[in-house]
Amino acid sequence: MKIAVPVKFVPDLVEELNIDPSGTALDTAWLRLIINEFDDHAVEQAILLKEKGGGQVTVMTIESEGADDFLFAAAAKGTDQLIKLTGDFSHANNHGLACAYADILKELQPDLILTGVQAHNDLDGSVGPLLAEQLGLPYVGYVAGVSVAGDKVIARKEYSGGLVAEVEIKLPAVLGIQASEKPPRYIAYSKIRQVMGTAKIEEKPVATLNLSGGSAVSRMFQPEVAQRATMLEGGTDAVADKLVAIFKELGTL
Amino acid sequence: MEITLSPLEPSVSKTFLTSLLELENGERIRTCLQCGTCSGVCPFGYIMKFPPGKMIGALRSEFFDQVIKSDSVWMCVSCNACSAFCPSNIPITAALMTRAKEEMLLAGNIPTELQSALENTQRYGNPLGESPRKRADWTTGLQPEVNLLAKTRQPVDVLWYVGDYASYHSRMQSATKALAKILNVLGIKFGILGPEEYSDGDSQRLAGERGLFEMMAQKNGQMFRRYKFNEIITTDPHAFNALKNEYPSLGISYPVRHYTQFLYERIEQIKPLLKTELKARIAYHDPCYLGRVNGIFDEPRNLLKAIPGVELVEMTHQRLNSLCCGGGGGGMWLDGFQWEKAHTRLSEWRVREAVAAGAEILAVGCPYEPPRFEDAIKTIQNAGQLKVREIAELLAQAMDL
Amino acid sequence: MSQDIFVIIEHLRGRVSEISYVMLAAARPLSKSTGGNVTAVLLGQNAQGLANNLAADKVLYMDHPALAEFTSTAYELALVGLIKENSPRAVLFGHSSIGMDVVGGVSVKLGLPIVSSCRSFTPEGKYVSQICGGKIMVEGELPSPTTLVTMVPGGYKAEGGQSAQAPALTTVPAPALDGLRVSLKQYIEPDTSDVDITKEPILVAVGRGIQNKDNIELADELAKALAGAVCASRPVVDQGWMPTTRLVGKSGKQVKPKIYLALGISGAPEHVEGMGESDTIIAINTDPNAPIFNLAKYGAVVDLLELTPVLTEKIKSAKGG
Repeated sequence: MKIAVPVKFVPDLVEELNIDPSGTALDTAWLRLIINEFDDHAVEQAILLKEKGGGQVTVMTIESEGADDFLFAAAAKGTDQLIKLTGDFSHANNHGLACAYADILKELQPDLILTGVQAHNDLDGSVGPLLAEQLGLPYVGYVAGVSVAGDKVIARKEYSGGLVAEVEIKLPAVLGIQASEKPPRYIAYSKIRQVMGTAKIEEKPVATLNLSGGSAVSRMFQPEVAQRATMLEGGTDAVADKLVAIFKELGTL
Repeated sequence: MEITLSPLEPSVSKTFLTSLLELENGERIRTCLQCGTCSGVCPFGYIMKFPPGKMIGALRSEFFDQVIKSDSVWMCVSCNACSAFCPSNIPITAALMTRAKEEMLLAGNIPTELQSALENTQRYGNPLGESPRKRADWTTGLQPEVNLLAKTRQPVDVLWYVGDYASYHSRMQSATKALAKILNVLGIKFGILGPEEYSDGDSQRLAGERGLFEMMAQKNGQMFRRYKFNEIITTDPHAFNALKNEYPSLGISYPVRHYTQFLYERIEQIKPLLKTELKARIAYHDPCYLGRVNGIFDEPRNLLKAIPGVELVEMTHQRLNSLCCGGGGGGMWLDGFQWEKAHTRLSEWRVREAVAAGAEILAVGCPYEPPRFEDAIKTIQNAGQLKVREIAELLAQAMDL
Repeated sequence: MSQDIFVIIEHLRGRVSEISYVMLAAARPLSKSTGGNVTAVLLGQNAQGLANNLAADKVLYMDHPALAEFTSTAYELALVGLIKENSPRAVLFGHSSIGMDVVGGVSVKLGLPIVSSCRSFTPEGKYVSQICGGKIMVEGELPSPTTLVTMVPGGYKAEGGQSAQAPALTTVPAPALDGLRVSLKQYIEPDTSDVDITKEPILVAVGRGIQNKDNIELADELAKALAGAVCASRPVVDQGWMPTTRLVGKSGKQVKPKIYLALGISGAPEHVEGMGESDTIIAINTDPNAPIFNLAKYGAVVDLLELTPVLTEKIKSAKGG
């Protein structure tokens, strides 16, 4: 079973995010990128499937800060093939990314493609479904649990409120991973260092990116953040009344 | 407690033993008398499926793979009590426990909390997952401004290695500021690395991440080489231990002292500045890596005794047999795990001792301790009045800073 | 080509989801700015009844066995034809396990742009989306002729999308929906043996201030009245007053509820690590300097033991008994 995991990197929210002088994009000066958490789960899920039923796992990313480290860590976990797309991705949106990945995947012909269900900086939809359509494959997202049954997979699809649907999909297919069956495993740093010496990252250049599919941003800004709580004055009774009003406003009552 | 023998895996034991013998004084493990002192003095020995003595027994009888399969090793807080009292002088903590934890990590047998701390260290240079850019934010508002070496590039006498918790933890920042004020008043020409400082890596090393420790050490080493200074002082005994005992083997060697040693050296200069009386009974908790491991017991006590009004009381466990607060060896990030197993915390045990000794203040010298002890105080019945203070905070208070 | 706003109605097991009503509420003012109508799109089998309280100018309904319950491929095929034919100004999808499964495929098939994570629209018809965990807001024009939009809750109240009068319903023919590669096998009910606090939208959190086990009952009553669950900080769990499954914090669970009502919790970093990203934090603590007040949206310095029973009663009356 050939499994491919295309991933993307997103702004690390531990750092402060700033808007650049144009007012329409994030300031990249201090921006740090981190692997999209859901993609990390997708890699783990792929490795788990390989451990259970054998096969080959390919992880692919675009050229970016932290990409190499991430690929080596993936190799240390058991990934067989590492691919890095090179080119200018500075203005890439998800439609463009999906196009770039689609070209590589058409060559690779995997049975199953796992990718994170979404990323917090998605503005033009998420990569998974776009990729699926470009490859002419079915897509099911919000998956937390995958099992293989011959030429099909059974996916546990999550809805809000804890409801789960068991969905059967004929391979080849794309799944949007919400959570891997086990949380992403820890890899001792010494293991990663070891792998850096032996694993090879294949670089594949990408021609021009197709940038349609999104929409122009006229303004990017940070919402007002209050420094301290709005204090509700008064005794027990007054505070309780004010809280009821707040709950009403929040749609709870 | 049943132990299943699995004769299929003697190679695990053999390989592990070989690796142990390669460590400093590792061959002493062969001289183990199986006296059980280590297991007895271990603060969590009674909970572990394989306390230290039994681990050595398992190693000899070739079922060490059972040890790796169980999660017993994660109860170890690397307090060094076992090593300190071993009649054969086996470096149990440094060699056996640390090496065993390394094996656990390689096998992927690691509690989630610890995993996050290690991943954060790798990514952000600190186990708390805070942005490296904010590492010197604690200095905001201090006058005179704390010397950030990257900005001023001045040579200084002292490089103050601040440390992770002292820099980022909201409770500890007040102690860190107190120390900054004391250093200023004493006219010490010091500087800090701020965002260029990385975790000392010692707790991560003791938790089994040798590779990560070396990466942190190398990064710190690179930063140290950029600046001119005569000595390093640390807020934290773990950093002190790393810089003094572990970094030299990686080619990073500087004179280093814990801040209590540094201040004690200047006690005659400090005494006249201790104007405000602090009438209190104070119990001093010997941090594992200052006291037991590095033999520094008196300087902190003498600093406290110098404060007018202070009456020093001793707890049952003191000096060499001081009771670990539970934060070392990764314990800081295994709290949930260890609580589930033991339903008691070493910090709670220690707080009870402080109360029993009649202490009003529990004085500490390590940034892991105040949050741990203050949490423990909340859950112990008659401990409510006990206060926890870093030595620097008490000195600053007496100096009206 | 029209200026209408289409809203793709989501339903599961006979119930219309809340986001559908939120989208209808959003569509109304948006349609005014574009000069079109609000059309609800309902797919299902014998599901016409679900349209009865939709606040829309009209409903386009498609009936087919393959649409009885949601599957991505069936919905996508059904919607592609409908959107192509009608060419509305905007199509609103829920940013959910339903909407997000289909919007991508529709976008690529029809070459239509997507704007996702949209929270609201300005009076001029611009989208306002929130990304990066809510830290960044993005505003822009909706590209013409048609933009697909996925909506998140928060900008409009569901009541705004509900109507007492059933809108006019037109049944439209469904395309061929056989040989689909995705099929629903079964639903699995959520396990109700203990509450999973990470999935609760409203949490009443108790800290040291609750003082003893008996008082937890007060929090239980309040949580019940709010249709939420009780969770706790470390000292409470350590004392054995609440099970570990309810622990929120560094060594417990990470939660992101809509509302986190912190009673007698100081806000130490180890606890904040578990709940700092909650949508709205309300803190009650007798210590005005408790760090939690720097994190919470609302706060009050009152005794939680006095406040809780009074608040519970008032909420019960507000809910009508």
